[in-house]
Amino acid sequence: MNNIFAVTAASGAASAALPLPPLVVSLLQIVVLLGMLFTIAAYTVLIERRVIAWLQHRVGPNRAGPFGLLQPLADVLKLLTKEESTPPFTDRWLFIAAPAIIMVTSMLSFAVIPFGPEPFMVIANMNVGVLFFLALSSLGVYSIVLAGWSSNSKYAALGGLRATAQMISYELSMSLALLAVALQAGTLSFNGIVEAQRDLWFVILQPLGFIIFLVSVVAESRRAPFDLPEAENEIVAGFHTEYSSMKFAMFFLGEYVSVMLLSCVVATAYFGGYLGPNIPFVPSVLEGPIYLLGKMALLVFFFIWIRATYPRLRYDHLMELGWKYLVPLAVLNLVVTAVITLALPHLTVAPR
Amino acid sequence: MKFSRTVETPVWESGTTNVLKGERGILGVEEVRWVDADRVTETICQLKTDPKRPFPMLFDLTAIDESERRHRPEGETHRFTVQYHLFSPQRGESLLVKVAVPDGATGIESISNIYKNANYYEREVFDMFGVSFHGHPNMRRILMPDWWTGHPLRKDHPNRATEMPPLVITEEDLKEFDGWEQLSSGDSYIRTRNEAGEELLILNLGPNHPGTHGVLRVVLTLNGEYMEDVYPVIGYHHRGAEKMAERQTWHTYIPYTDRVDYLAGTYNELPYVLACEQLAGIRVPERATVMRVLLGEIYRICNHLVWFGTFGHDVGAMTPVFYSFRERENLFKIIEMITGGRMHPNFLRIGGCSMDLPPGWQEPIRLFLKDFDKNLLEYEQLLLGNPILKSRTVGVGVMSGDECVEWGVTGPNLRASGVQFDLRKVKPYCGYEGFEFEIPYETGGDCYSRAVVRHREMKQSARIIEQCLRLMPEGEVMSRDNRYAFPPRKAETMMDIEALINHFLAVGWGLDLPVGESVAMVEQPKGIAGYYAVSDGRTSPYRLRIRTPSFAAIQTLPALCRGHLLSDLLAVIGAMDYVLADIDR
Repeated sequence: MNNIFAVTAASGAASAALPLPPLVVSLLQIVVLLGMLFTIAAYTVLIERRVIAWLQHRVGPNRAGPFGLLQPLADVLKLLTKEESTPPFTDRWLFIAAPAIIMVTSMLSFAVIPFGPEPFMVIANMNVGVLFFLALSSLGVYSIVLAGWSSNSKYAALGGLRATAQMISYELSMSLALLAVALQAGTLSFNGIVEAQRDLWFVILQPLGFIIFLVSVVAESRRAPFDLPEAENEIVAGFHTEYSSMKFAMFFLGEYVSVMLLSCVVATAYFGGYLGPNIPFVPSVLEGPIYLLGKMALLVFFFIWIRATYPRLRYDHLMELGWKYLVPLAVLNLVVTAVITLALPHLTVAPR
Repeated sequence: MKFSRTVETPVWESGTTNVLKGERGILGVEEVRWVDADRVTETICQLKTDPKRPFPMLFDLTAIDESERRHRPEGETHRFTVQYHLFSPQRGESLLVKVAVPDGATGIESISNIYKNANYYEREVFDMFGVSFHGHPNMRRILMPDWWTGHPLRKDHPNRATEMPPLVITEEDLKEFDGWEQLSSGDSYIRTRNEAGEELLILNLGPNHPGTHGVLRVVLTLNGEYMEDVYPVIGYHHRGAEKMAERQTWHTYIPYTDRVDYLAGTYNELPYVLACEQLAGIRVPERATVMRVLLGEIYRICNHLVWFGTFGHDVGAMTPVFYSFRERENLFKIIEMITGGRMHPNFLRIGGCSMDLPPGWQEPIRLFLKDFDKNLLEYEQLLLGNPILKSRTVGVGVMSGDECVEWGVTGPNLRASGVQFDLRKVKPYCGYEGFEFEIPYETGGDCYSRAVVRHREMKQSARIIEQCLRLMPEGEVMSRDNRYAFPPRKAETMMDIEALINHFLAVGWGLDLPVGESVAMVEQPKGIAGYYAVSDGRTSPYRLRIRTPSFAAIQTLPALCRGHLLSDLLAVIGAMDYVLADIDR
């Protein structure tokens, strides 16, 4: 194993390609990525609303700008100008910290997602990228727990409890499924995982793992049919019942950023990430982002689609599905992968 | 079928022969028994378990304040008549037990240990009339707030807010209104600890909550997410529909009935006008009857479509509601074409319908029916066949057929428990015996069965509509008995002085239906509704009792939910299909 903090090495490589100091390169990458993320997240909201409207015989928001393209702007302005209220019975500092945590954790994870083979297409090409992602998504649970707890309201508390149980359970099967991928690729770096799929996508080599991962990812994002922590009909808005204005918007945005993140991880781990055939007349540097974002878009559509289709699971069934089916299957998947990797090493890509 | 004057009884002779002053015959029930107040529990117990002629269902329990009644037998002085409407689903037979109660304080024995559902009904009578029931487990107000003074349905209680002194709510009242006073006090009816001594979480769900379909408040005591106790608190939607009837004329009350079960449209007006027509003793032309069936079944589908969407929404599926509302919109266009209204059509009249069908009315209905089977299949694929939905509803909120009867639950909820009972078959009205349709039923008794029954009922209603299209008779839509049915035909008012006088009186003064009492029961989309109309020979009802299916259904909520998860409460509520206006009236 090399240096765990391979960030500097990657930035070093990036700065070797560009005649700039490493820190400036990293800052540039972050600025570009954040700008992109906010824009895409805002438009994901619009797309979700339009797609769901389309699935439901409705029109959806189409008044602000052509085809409703300015709707995200209107939404943001509305949320920004709404009254910011912190109920008097809350635990003030935790109440404020909760939405910040979810924003930070879901955005930070993007640092390890490679947008292309070139060194400057990833902010931090860590050799423990997978672990970094898993660690941050575990930290994300704190946001929900703290929001539920600090709100000091019964609905929020129930939502927070539900979220804790759900995310911890599904984290496990998600990690186990992702570990099988890492095992097959022989690396914990996302770049390495993508490169290992040059010949064949892991979705074909790991169909079971893929299904487990996909289900866990939907559960992890707390979206329908796993939206129990914020089940509107049961517990009003769950953990964010007491939130308003920009603090609510941060939960909202955090949810969409994490949907995008999880879609990117699914694309990276199972659908060859930034890989794809050459596109004529497009500079090769842009091919990676186009492919990754394209795959992400399809997966986001999948998220939206199931949200419009399925009823919500019940709490005990959710736990059952997680612990009785997904975790054992994920363990099995991991063991089988390990055995095959040892027995038939030529199938796996040698660690670089 | 053509009506002509020569065939019909002359208008000035019909009608009044039904119930004469002082007689105790009541129209629409098979038998009436007056029982002494001290023998009421005994008699009712006997009637319930009578081996030859049992009445397993307490259909309704209500009271009448007799203090201002003009037409009473000589020497009758009691203030209240408490009446028990017993019903046998097997035979479709009703028995009315009437008990004279001298005054409210004296009260009467409770029968809540004989019929389970008497609990809420007795509370309602206590609330509305101040008649107390001895031995009742929880003799509190039910529709009015606890701090209310007076009993609204007593004749001496003002009708309008302007007749009352200014309403003053003290801090104490507010606390009680909030419910917290009761929670913290020692004699609370809500437990805060369970048998094991664990502290329970009290969750106040509603009255403003996205999942309760209106202003229903449910106080839950939760152990984790398991519901140990469920207390529905109703009355937030109470508008005094029964009291309002006592101020409106017989005719002008029709639009108010629309608002009782606001999803059932003409099916609310139907039992009311049937009760009035029974009192007046008039016949409704065949075309009007078939039109009533046609509109009623359209509204039944409308109601079930709303149910389908909200049920899906309650279990967390966001899309079904848009699919079902698409069809509902088409139906509303048809209803609008026929009646001019949508949810509140105000279309039926005493003696017929307000107007004839518009030219070309068949075509839109035919178009709707053409696609409806396909749409029903779509619903099944979208929601009812979904494994997540099945896992959420199969075996949840189970109630056996006998229990349903015991609780007075009717309609699809009863049929889902394996009882193939439908008033349209057992005791047909409006010529339902002439239509071909089946009574769908399921044996599961759970939320899923309730959903399946409603889904299949839509198909049967479509069948009835299709037959209405084929069989719609020609003729008039309003009875010619223009003493009680108006407006008379224009030509008649010009040529016939009687018709002109009747019209003038009916519109300027109000109908005065013959003295008597009459019950009409119909199978509404949500179950059996019964309107009990008392005429004292005035232009407005002396008392109008509205027995609704939702009131009976909501009472079963604790029995259905106890021990289940919080999420199941929503599945049960969704599958139960009630509307708050129908519960609180």
